[in-house]
Amino acid sequence: MTYLRKVFAIVWKDSVAELRTKEMFSAMFVFAVLVIVIFNFAFDLRVSGERVRQVAPGALWVAFAFSGVLGLNRAFILEKDRGCLEGLLLTPVDHTAIYFGKMISTVVFMLLVEALMLPVFTAFFGVNLFNLPLILIVVLGTIGFASVGTTLSAMTAQTRAREVLLPILLLPVAAPVLIAAVKATAGILDGLPMAEIAVWWRLLLAFDLLYPAVAFMTFDYVVKE
Amino acid sequence: MKRQRDTLLIVLTALSAVMMLVALYLALVGAPAADLKSETGRYAQRIIYFHIATAWVGFLAFFVTFVAGIGYLRTQERKWDIVALSSGEIGTVFMLGVLVSGSIWAKPAWGVWWVWDERLTISLIQFLIYVGYLMLRASVEDPARRARFAAVYGIVAFISVPINFIAIRLWRTQHPLIFGTEGGGLGPNMMFAFFFCLTTFTVWYVTLMWHRIRLERFRDDVEQLKQRVMG
Repeated sequence: MTYLRKVFAIVWKDSVAELRTKEMFSAMFVFAVLVIVIFNFAFDLRVSGERVRQVAPGALWVAFAFSGVLGLNRAFILEKDRGCLEGLLLTPVDHTAIYFGKMISTVVFMLLVEALMLPVFTAFFGVNLFNLPLILIVVLGTIGFASVGTTLSAMTAQTRAREVLLPILLLPVAAPVLIAAVKATAGILDGLPMAEIAVWWRLLLAFDLLYPAVAFMTFDYVVKE
Repeated sequence: MKRQRDTLLIVLTALSAVMMLVALYLALVGAPAADLKSETGRYAQRIIYFHIATAWVGFLAFFVTFVAGIGYLRTQERKWDIVALSSGEIGTVFMLGVLVSGSIWAKPAWGVWWVWDERLTISLIQFLIYVGYLMLRASVEDPARRARFAAVYGIVAFISVPINFIAIRLWRTQHPLIFGTEGGGLGPNMMFAFFFCLTTFTVWYVTLMWHRIRLERFRDDVEQLKQRVMG
C-alpha cells in the first residue's frame, strides 16, 4: 500500500464509523447553530442591518472554531477510550500517516458542518455567504485549524484533563488562522478587491503548509509509548 | 566541585540582588525624567525600564523552552526537560509581570488599562500559551510522556509566535492608531539605565534558572532515595 492509500484507509475508517453513529457530526452541527443563536442574543443582530455585516464574520468563525474543537476532541478520545489507538499504532503504517488520516477526516467533518452552516447563517442573518472566494477561505481556514488541532488533540486525549485542555492549548496557537479567516471573510462581505485581502490569503496558506510540516516532524513523539 | 558550584550560585544570587538595587535606583531616580507635560506621566514613564526588561526575559525564556524541547526530543535526556520546565515556569511569571506593569503604565499614559494594540495582544497570547504549557505538564503523570508532550507543545507554540505577531500587526494596522506612543522614545541619557536594567534582568533570569534547575535535581534525588528506602 502506498502512503497515500494508508492515509485514505484511515479517513475511510473514520467516515464509516461516523456514518454509523453520526454522533460527532450531529453534536458539532447543533453546537455550531447554538453558537450562532447565542451570538444573536449577545449582540442583538438584526436581519440585514449594517451591524450584521460587522459581527457576521466573527460569529461565523467562532461557531466554526468551537464546533471544530468538539470534533477534534472526539478524533482521538474515541480511539483512546475503546483501546483502538494502540491497535492503530500497531498497524504497519508510518505514524505520520495516522496524523494525516485523522487530520483529513477532521477537515471533512468540519467542512460538512460548515457546508450546512452557510445556508443557516444566510437564512438567519440575510447575509449572502455563497461565493467562491469565501468558500475557499472557509476551506483554507478549516485546514489550518485542523492541522494544528490534530497534533494537540492526540496529546490531550492522553492527558488527565483531556477535552478540557484542548481549547486551552489550541486557541492561542490557532489565533493567526482565526484572525486571517475573519479578516478575509469580512473583506469579501464588504466587497473589497482581491488585492486588499491577498495578505490574509497568504497568511492562511503559510499556516496550512507550516503546521502539517511541524506535525510531520513531531507527531511520532506524540503517539509513541 | 559541588561546593564550588554552590559558592558560585551564592555569588550570582548576591550579584543579581545588588544589580537589582542599582537598577531600581537608576530607573526611579538616576535616569533623567522624560520630556512629558504631565507630572504623573513623567513618573509613570519610569516603569518602562523594568517593563521592557521583563518582556525581554519573558520572550527569552520561551525561546529557551523551545530549544530545550528540541534538545529533549533529540536526546531523551532528563536534563533538557528540567531546563524547559524551569524556563517555562519563570517565563510565565515574567509574562504576567509584563501584562501587569504594562497596564499600570497604560492607565496614566493612555487613560485606559488595556488597549488591543499589537504588542499588548501578542503578550497576552504569549502568556496564555505559557499557562497552557504548564497546564499540559500538570495533566500528564508519566514523566517521559510529560516531557515529550511539553517539548512538542513548546515547539508548536514557539513557531506560532512570529505568525501571531504578523497576523496581529496586520490586523491592527488596518485600523487607525488611536493611541500614540507618547513617551515611548528614549533619550541618550536614558539608554544607560535602560541597558543596565536589561542586563540586570538577564542575570536575574540566569540566577532563577539555576535555582529552579537545582531544585528539580533535588526533587529527583529525593524521589530516588524514597524508592530506595521503600524498596
